Amino acid sequence: MSQNGALMGFVHRRRRGAELFLLVLALAVGIGAYAAVGLGVEGVVPADLAGYGGWLTALIVVAHVTVRIVAPYADPVLLPLVAALNGLGLAILRRLDLTYEANGLDQHTFARQQLTWMTLGVILFVATLVLLRDHRSLQRLTYTSGLAGILLLILPFLPVIGGEINGARIWINVAGFSFQPGEVAKVLLVVAFSGYLVLHRDALALAGRRVVFVDLPRGRDLGPILAMFGVSMMILVLQNDLGSSLLFFGLFLAMLYVATERPGWLVVGGLLFAAGALAAYTFVGNVQNRFNFWLHPMDYYEASPGSGQLVEAMFGMGWGGLIGRGLGNGFPERVPFAYSDFILSTVGEELGLTAVMAIVLCYGLIVERALRIALISRDGFGKLMALGLGAIIALQVFVVIGGVTGLIPLTGLTTPFLSYGGSSLVANWVVVALLLRISDQARRPAPRLDPVDDSVADSESTQVVKLR
Amino acid sequence: MNKPIRVVSVFCLVLFLALLVNSTYLMYVRADDLSDDPRNRRVITAAYSRERGAILVGNDAIARSVPSDDRYEFQRTYTQPLKYAPVTGYFSFYGQTGIERSQNAVLSGDDSRLFVTRLVDMLSNSDPQGGNVQLTIDAAAQDAAWEGLENLPGDAQGAVVALEPTTGRVLAMASTPTFDPNNLASHDFGAVRDLSVELNNDPRQPLINRGIGTTLPPGSTFKLVTAAAAIESGDYDADSMVPGGFRFQLPQSTTSVGNYDGGDCGGRRITLTQALQVSCNVTFLSLANELGVEAMADQAEAFGFNSTSLEDLGGQATSLYPRDMDPPQTALSGIGQSNVTATPLQMAMVVAAIANDGDVMRPYVVDEVRAPNLSVLDRTDPETISKAISSTTADELTRMMVETVSSGTATPAQIPGVEVAGKTGTAQSTPDRPPYAWFVSFAPADEPQVAVAVLVQSSDTSRSEIAGGRLGGPIAKAVMEAVISQ
Repeated sequence: MSQNGALMGFVHRRRRGAELFLLVLALAVGIGAYAAVGLGVEGVVPADLAGYGGWLTALIVVAHVTVRIVAPYADPVLLPLVAALNGLGLAILRRLDLTYEANGLDQHTFARQQLTWMTLGVILFVATLVLLRDHRSLQRLTYTSGLAGILLLILPFLPVIGGEINGARIWINVAGFSFQPGEVAKVLLVVAFSGYLVLHRDALALAGRRVVFVDLPRGRDLGPILAMFGVSMMILVLQNDLGSSLLFFGLFLAMLYVATERPGWLVVGGLLFAAGALAAYTFVGNVQNRFNFWLHPMDYYEASPGSGQLVEAMFGMGWGGLIGRGLGNGFPERVPFAYSDFILSTVGEELGLTAVMAIVLCYGLIVERALRIALISRDGFGKLMALGLGAIIALQVFVVIGGVTGLIPLTGLTTPFLSYGGSSLVANWVVVALLLRISDQARRPAPRLDPVDDSVADSESTQVVKLR
Repeated sequence: MNKPIRVVSVFCLVLFLALLVNSTYLMYVRADDLSDDPRNRRVITAAYSRERGAILVGNDAIARSVPSDDRYEFQRTYTQPLKYAPVTGYFSFYGQTGIERSQNAVLSGDDSRLFVTRLVDMLSNSDPQGGNVQLTIDAAAQDAAWEGLENLPGDAQGAVVALEPTTGRVLAMASTPTFDPNNLASHDFGAVRDLSVELNNDPRQPLINRGIGTTLPPGSTFKLVTAAAAIESGDYDADSMVPGGFRFQLPQSTTSVGNYDGGDCGGRRITLTQALQVSCNVTFLSLANELGVEAMADQAEAFGFNSTSLEDLGGQATSLYPRDMDPPQTALSGIGQSNVTATPLQMAMVVAAIANDGDVMRPYVVDEVRAPNLSVLDRTDPETISKAISSTTADELTRMMVETVSSGTATPAQIPGVEVAGKTGTAQSTPDRPPYAWFVSFAPADEPQVAVAVLVQSSDTSRSEIAGGRLGGPIAKAVMEAVISQ
C-alpha cells in the first residue's frame, strides 16, 4: 500500500510542449526522407515537397492540437513515434512508386493513396479522442464489440464481397475498395476481451486446482480460451493466415494472463497453440512450406512456391549492410510486395541496419509506452485495454519483422504505420487514439480526497480529519 | 495486475532484443556471405551500374569503366586485352576471374578501406565509385614477354613470368593462347554466355593463365634445385667433381637414362659447374639418387613446392614434389622428370631466390590500392616466405648459371655488357607429345633486377628443334633487357 500511496502522490505533468518538440523531429524525419527520395532517385528535390510537407504537417498539427484540447495529460511520446514511422513509411512508398513507375508497372500510386488513408486515420484519431471522453464507457460495449469482431473475421468468407488475394482469404471488396476486416477486428476484440476479463477475472483466477506446481484453471473456465483457440485455428486453416492466427491467440493469452495473474493459463494456452501449430504443420501444406523456407531459405530460392521473396529480401538487407545503399540506390523492386509485408527489406537495403534498428526501437518504445500506460492506469479495464493494444503492436511487429529477417517462419502481416494498407493504417491510428485516451485518464491528477471546497474558516471550526 | 504486466514487458523486451540481434546478424555478420552468393543478382546488377575502379599498369589503365548509354551505366573496357588478360581476368555478368575477382571489393568500392570514400559519396549523394588497383607489372617487360610468346612459330602455348627477386613483385605475366575480356564484359549477355561456353570448351584452354595455372615437369631447370640441395648438403661446391659419363643406371631397375644429346658431358668425372653448363643428366640423376627423396623434397619445399604463395590471383596450381617417390623416381626427379611438376611462377621463384641470396619472396601482383581520387590507401609490403638456401650456396649457383649462359646451353640469353645467369630445360612428359621447352634466368648476375621463367608448352617447331635455349632463351632475354634498360 505504501507504494500505491507514493504513486497516488505523484502528479504527472502534461508535457504537451515536449510532444510538440518531438513532433517537429518526427516531421523532419518524414519530410526529410521524402526529399531524400527525390534526390536519390531523380537527383532533384521533389516538386511537390512543399505541398506534401504542408499536408503532413497539417495532419500532425491537427492531431497534436486535438490531444492538447481533449486529452491534455496524454502520453507525450506516442504521437511523435507514430508520426515519424508514418512519415518514413510514406517516403519509402514514394521511393517504391518511382521504381515501379520506371519499370513500367502500373502500381505506382501507393504513397498518394497512403497519404489519403493517413488523412482518414487522423480524422478517426481525432474523432475517437473527441467522442470518447472516457475509455471506460467502452466497457458497456463488451459483447457488442466481441460480436462485431467475430463478424468482421467471418466477412471474408462471404460470397461476393469476400475475396482471396495472394492465397490468403482475409479481404473484402466493397464498391471497389478492398479492406482487411481483421485489422479492425483486433481492436474490437481487445475491447471485448478487456470487458469480459475484467468482469470474470476472479472466477478465472481463483477457481481451479494445483497440479505439479502449476495452477490449472477449472474446466468450465476453459470455455473462452477454447473458443478463442477455435477462432485462431479457423483463421489459420480457413484463411491460410498463420500471422493473424498467432496474433489473436497470443493477444488473448497475454490478456488472460494479466487479468488472472496466473501463469497456468500460459501453460494451457501455449500447449494448445503448440498442438494447433503441429496439426497445422502436419495437415496444411502451406504451413509446412513456410517452415521449410524458413529453415533452408537458400534451397528453395528458385522453387515455386519458394522462398524467392524471403531470399531476395535477405540479399537486399545484407547488401544494405550497416548504413544502406542510400535512398534510390537499391533494387527494392526485386522483392515482391516490398510495399506491404516486406517494406522493412527496402528500409534495410537503402537505409541499412541503422534504420532498421531505429524502427525496431520506435516500435519498442510504442510498446513500452503502452505497457507503462497499463501499469499506471487506475482501472482494470483500462489496464487490460492498454496492455492488449500494446501486445498487438508487439506481436505484430515481432511476427512481421522476425519473418522478414528470417528469425521466425514468414507470415503475412503488415508492419504497423509503415506498410501500405488502408485498413491497417486507419486501425492503428485508432489504436493510438485509444492508448492516448487511457493514458490521459491515467496521468490526470487523482481526484482530491480531502474536501478542499470547505472554507478555511469552516476547517478551523470543524474537526476535519485529513486523509493525508 | 501490475506484476503480470511487468512480466509481459520483459517478454516484449526479449522479443525486440531478438529482432535487433537477428537483424544485426543478417545485415552485418552474414552480409558478406549473402553478397557473395552467385544468385544475388542485385550485387551483379549494381556492379554493372556502378563506375568500377581501374586496373593500372604504370600510368595506364589497362581495365577501366567507361560510360555506356544502354541500361547499365558503365561498360568495362580493356585497352590491351590479349596481353593482360591472364592478369586482369575478365568481368562478366556471370562472374569474374583474375584481378577483377581477387580485388573485386576494391574495384567495386565495397572494400572497408574505401569506407570513408563511400561515406562521402553517400553524403554528397553522388554515385559510388570503385577504387583503383595499381599492379606491379612493368609495361616494358610485359610487352617483351607478350611479343616473345606471340612471335613463336605457329599456334604456340606458352607462358612467361618475371619477378623482381628482391621483393617478389611480378614484373610480367603473359600466357598464350589468350582471350579478349572485352567480349566477356559485353552487355549482350546471350553472346557472353555463348562465348564463355565456347572458351571453356576450347581444347587450347585460352582461359587458363599458364603462368600460374599449368603444372608440367620442369625438366632440366629443376637441376638448379638438385644442385642447391647438393651444395646445401655440405658435400659439394661449384668445383666439386661429380659423375659424368654416358648413362645412369636407375636404382632397383634395369632402365638406364642417358644424356639429352647422347654424349658423355665432357668426361666421366666433371665439375658441378660443368655439369650444369652442359645440363648433364647423368650428374643430376646420381646426385638426386645420392641425396634421397627427403633431402630433395626439403629443398624443393624450401623453394615453394607443395604449397601456393600467390594471394593476389586465383587459380594458382600447386607445384609438386611428392615425398612418396621410390628411389628410381627420386633419381629421375633430379632432372625434373618423374612426378615433379612446376608452374612457370614456381620456377621463376626458384631463380629469384637464387638471385636474392636464397630468400624466397612472396610473389605479388597488387602493388597499391588507391581511392577513386588515386590517393594511396594500401601498399603491399614484400614478405619473405623462407630461406631456401644460404647466400654462399646462392653465390655458387649464380656462378654456375652465369657459366651456363656465357658458354653453356643457355647462350641465347646473353645480353651484351650484362652478366646473365640462366638455365635451360627440355622436359619430356609422354613420348607421343612434343617436349616442353623451359628457360629460367636472372640478370644482372651481380645485382639482380629481374628473374624470368619461360615455358613453351607446344608450338609448331619440329621436335628435333625444341630445346629450352632456342625457344625460351630469346624471350627471357627480351624480358630481362626490357627491365634492365630502364
